[in-house]
Amino acid sequence: MKAEEYSRREIELAGWPIAVETYKAGDVYHCTIYNIDPGARFARADGPTREEAEKTALEKAERYLAQTRRFPVS
Amino acid sequence: MSSTPNVLVATDWVASHAKDANVRVVEVDVDTAAYDQGHVPGASGWNWTTELCDTVVRDIVPKDKLEALLGKSGIGNDTTVVLYGDNNNWFATWAFWQLKIYGHKDVRIMDGGRKKWLAEGRELSTDKAAPAAKTYKASNPDNSLRAFLPEVQQAVAGKAAGLVDVRSPQEFSGEILSPPGLPETCQRGGHIPGARNIPWGKNVNEDGTFKSVDELKAMYAAVGITGDKPVIAYCRIGERSSIAWFVLTHLLNFGNVKNYDGSWTEWGNLVGAQVEK
Repeated sequence: MKAEEYSRREIELAGWPIAVETYKAGDVYHCTIYNIDPGARFARADGPTREEAEKTALEKAERYLAQTRRFPVS
Repeated sequence: MSSTPNVLVATDWVASHAKDANVRVVEVDVDTAAYDQGHVPGASGWNWTTELCDTVVRDIVPKDKLEALLGKSGIGNDTTVVLYGDNNNWFATWAFWQLKIYGHKDVRIMDGGRKKWLAEGRELSTDKAAPAAKTYKASNPDNSLRAFLPEVQQAVAGKAAGLVDVRSPQEFSGEILSPPGLPETCQRGGHIPGARNIPWGKNVNEDGTFKSVDELKAMYAAVGITGDKPVIAYCRIGERSSIAWFVLTHLLNFGNVKNYDGSWTEWGNLVGAQVEK
């Protein structure tokens, strides 16, 4: 088995820049969401298609990002 | 790279040597489910949340637990251990740091980590490795590789060490208390007084490989980290900063570098601790 159809793209979600990494291994698509800075994975999902895996992962990511508070800095 | 320290091995090298008798490859991920999705054939998988720490006291892995982990992973004292993982080797370097604390001689990092292996479309296996167990004898911990709170407080008071904060600029400034999307784990935002901010991601290229020695040397020198005085690296829990520790110690050969694994989850929760924003 090899990783196939590997892709990584950067988008904005809930006001934060994120990276969406997806690949296929066997019959399953694996999608992982990272924040751009510092680059930490914070959501992931699997699915039978790229679209389903990414949709589920992005929904989770949006929920988690909504909990990140911004504080004023001088 | 202008020169490739032998502590780094390329994905090509791993593809050719992963099953050599004296080589054991180990995947250590932030995402502890990643190993099961597929890994370098023959690689073992270590879970940083249960196997690379003391699960009762907040501490690194105890010596006897590490010996058992290495033994069941088919690692003897003379084995070449090649570590790799996701997030550009965050937790691979965390494991590397702990193996060095316990005196393992030949530890290497697969340059580019899991990301590069996947991007190159290399072979993956979902079979859990089942190497023949070995008996491992660890050295007593070398805590000179590790900074504890009193030493950090003394360093701040006496300006005795260069403090490298590898968190994001937004964490460093106190705008956010944790990386976006992750739980907040501190009471106050900001950074340790006097620290310089060099986000960990600046150590690596887009493909996850480490930048050249010349690039890294120039980057650290630009903020006054030149190796002429001790360095203490920190982040939130000590894992991102293990990359900086690895770079400074093993790629730039600085002589006195410590990883402060208490990091911001300790300092940012201390009553009365001074904080800069």
